[in-house]
Amino acid sequence: MSEKRTGAQIMCEVLIRNGVDVMFGIPGGAIMPFYYAMWEYRDQLRHVLCRHEQGGGHAAEGYARATGKIGVCIGTSGPGATNLVTAIADAMMDSTPLLAITGQVGSHVLGKDAFQETDITGITMPITKHNYLVKRVEDIAYTMSEAIHVATTGRPGPVLIDITKDAMVAATVPTWEFAFDLPGYKPTYQGNRRQVREAIRLLTQARKPLVMAGNGVIMAGASDDLREFAERTRIPVITTLHGIGSFPEDHPLSIGMPGMHGWVHVNRAIQECDVLLNIGGRFDDRVTGKASTFAPNARIIHVDIDPSEIGKNVRVAVPIVGDARLVLRDLLAELPDRDALGSLHSAASDWMEHIREMQDRHQQKQQYLVRPDGMLLPPHDVYRGLTAALNSRGNYRVCTDVGQHQMWAAQLIDWHRPRTHITSGGAGTMGFAVPAALGVAIAHPGDTVWAVCGDGGFQMTNQEMATVVQEGIRNIKIAIINNGYLGMVRQWQELFENKRYSGTPLSGPNFAMLAAAYGWKGLTIERSEDVAAAIDEAYDTDGPVLIDFRVEREVNVFPMVPQNKSIGEMIYE
Amino acid sequence: MKKHTIVALVQDRPGVLSRVVGLIRRRGYNIESLAVGHSEAAGISRLTIVIEWHDVEQVVKQLYRLIDVVKVSDVTEDQTVEREMALLKIHAPAAKRPEIVALTDVFDAKIVDVGTSTMVIEMTGSPSKVQNLIDVVRPYGIKEMMRTGRIAMVRGARGHGADDVLEGAGQAAVPSAALN
Repeated sequence: MSEKRTGAQIMCEVLIRNGVDVMFGIPGGAIMPFYYAMWEYRDQLRHVLCRHEQGGGHAAEGYARATGKIGVCIGTSGPGATNLVTAIADAMMDSTPLLAITGQVGSHVLGKDAFQETDITGITMPITKHNYLVKRVEDIAYTMSEAIHVATTGRPGPVLIDITKDAMVAATVPTWEFAFDLPGYKPTYQGNRRQVREAIRLLTQARKPLVMAGNGVIMAGASDDLREFAERTRIPVITTLHGIGSFPEDHPLSIGMPGMHGWVHVNRAIQECDVLLNIGGRFDDRVTGKASTFAPNARIIHVDIDPSEIGKNVRVAVPIVGDARLVLRDLLAELPDRDALGSLHSAASDWMEHIREMQDRHQQKQQYLVRPDGMLLPPHDVYRGLTAALNSRGNYRVCTDVGQHQMWAAQLIDWHRPRTHITSGGAGTMGFAVPAALGVAIAHPGDTVWAVCGDGGFQMTNQEMATVVQEGIRNIKIAIINNGYLGMVRQWQELFENKRYSGTPLSGPNFAMLAAAYGWKGLTIERSEDVAAAIDEAYDTDGPVLIDFRVEREVNVFPMVPQNKSIGEMIYE
Repeated sequence: MKKHTIVALVQDRPGVLSRVVGLIRRRGYNIESLAVGHSEAAGISRLTIVIEWHDVEQVVKQLYRLIDVVKVSDVTEDQTVEREMALLKIHAPAAKRPEIVALTDVFDAKIVDVGTSTMVIEMTGSPSKVQNLIDVVRPYGIKEMMRTGRIAMVRGARGHGADDVLEGAGQAAVPSAALN
């Protein structure tokens, strides 16, 4: 290919060369040349027109989280770019590979407060893994390829590339022969073998060992290796919020989720354990509680691809920098044969028995609900109905938003496979679920994608329901756990602020009618006995369906660790 | 809290200084001094940053997360040569000039400008020596002062050269999928 190409054509070709086939965005003045060019490539590059750039950003995140491929979102200069900021920050916190492409005003007016000019590289510097401002057409092929490389390798993350309009319009003969000039970027994939051996030494001598699996296991595609490791060592496995799905919850070695709304037996096991192997989790404060009191008896082995995560929040005995899958394979390779593991197996079996006893005492999935007489629809009944349907219908993926409904979903739904539980964890972005579900539905047209959200988060980004209709997406359903409050904040106000419900009571439209206005089927459910039929109707409707579950208003998520307390101090009601 | 001297090699790309400073700002650290300039390798700049903080190891690790940052070291405990330059414009009426000239001689400093009532002294030396000169000339009246901030280099063969860290640059474009 020695013909000249415009910068915008080159942008499309970089994306195609890197396996991108769908992008989520909104055009505007500065990005118009890219939209002009993408028309030529529309058979290879699908463009999904979102209703708000934040929706486009979350849709791209959903796509990335559901596939492991890079998600691509597009905005024009100025407000188009700033609207992407929340999604970019969300992707940064959750290590989601995201490419944000923004148009910029012409290079001759840069810095002169031109119409729709914003310094988006300056704004996103602390919330991107890296970002670029490109002003010359000659730089587009290289820089955009480097951007995708950086976003998808090492610890993945969001990368923003801001391209001036004149660079997109100008033409050049692109060069595709290049090596990346990144002397400061050499991610470590292979763990240090000596540390791996030390980890095995600690684990084989442990009496109360635990494995904690995080997002890194899913991102590295290490679920099978994790399972093999657990089965060979018989060590109980905890899955963090983002580790959900990395290890099947119906596996005899699975014990559940830790942390602020984790299970009592899991948090107690952490506090009692003597060796904790954390693979691909970053010891977020929602997992550790007060970090200085976390796992006081444990020697911690921390496997993370990002060296700056190791030792950041908790003290670590054995640091292993590397890719979760490669390190798990090394751990498996260093594991002694079965006979030599006899002592570990018998210790792990006693330990598991102890954990299961605690579980029997403290975890009945419905136990944490005080159900007064006359309660028509406790949220737990919605999850029971939904879980039954998900299990019987199969092929599900669930996007959750942020708040009470998110914690109930993590606790109460049965999770089996990686990339089926997609939520906003680190950033805690309300409004994530509906647009993320749009991206997931496009990525997996054969699956049924549920967006489970509260009435607060739903009202932040529900405009993307129009995108769903315009794109002809039929495999998406929304369940609103509607309690008329910003429920998690209300719960804190109830428990810690003398029920001063300041700013939390929340009204909304009739969501079923809103759905109908968008061309969706809308259902309203107010009684437990109607839940199953509504979910069946949603499944049996060929097209998008929204169910407004008007649940009991003041139900709390339990168990709970109050902020800054030890995870050993849980409250139950 | 202890003062730390951090030396970093960074790719000479637009915005790199802003990234480094932004990362330190985010944690609420105060930068006492910052000096930046070309290194011995093309396309690589060398920074010397002095900050006062207890947990500098974490800063070093986080600096490594920046794509443009090639190498970072906390050289506080190392044997280093540290230098700083200062320009001082001091009040210097004719009667005081001989004293000032004598003082600058003692400090191995140079008089680089003489005006009708001022002199400009150029001082290069260890940061403490620079500070001593400043204290000594202060009574004459400092009208303007500019300090470069310290630059540091580890003594001996075990150094911080750009060449050893640039080996293996130009990595192949391996997408993460290929590693899985």
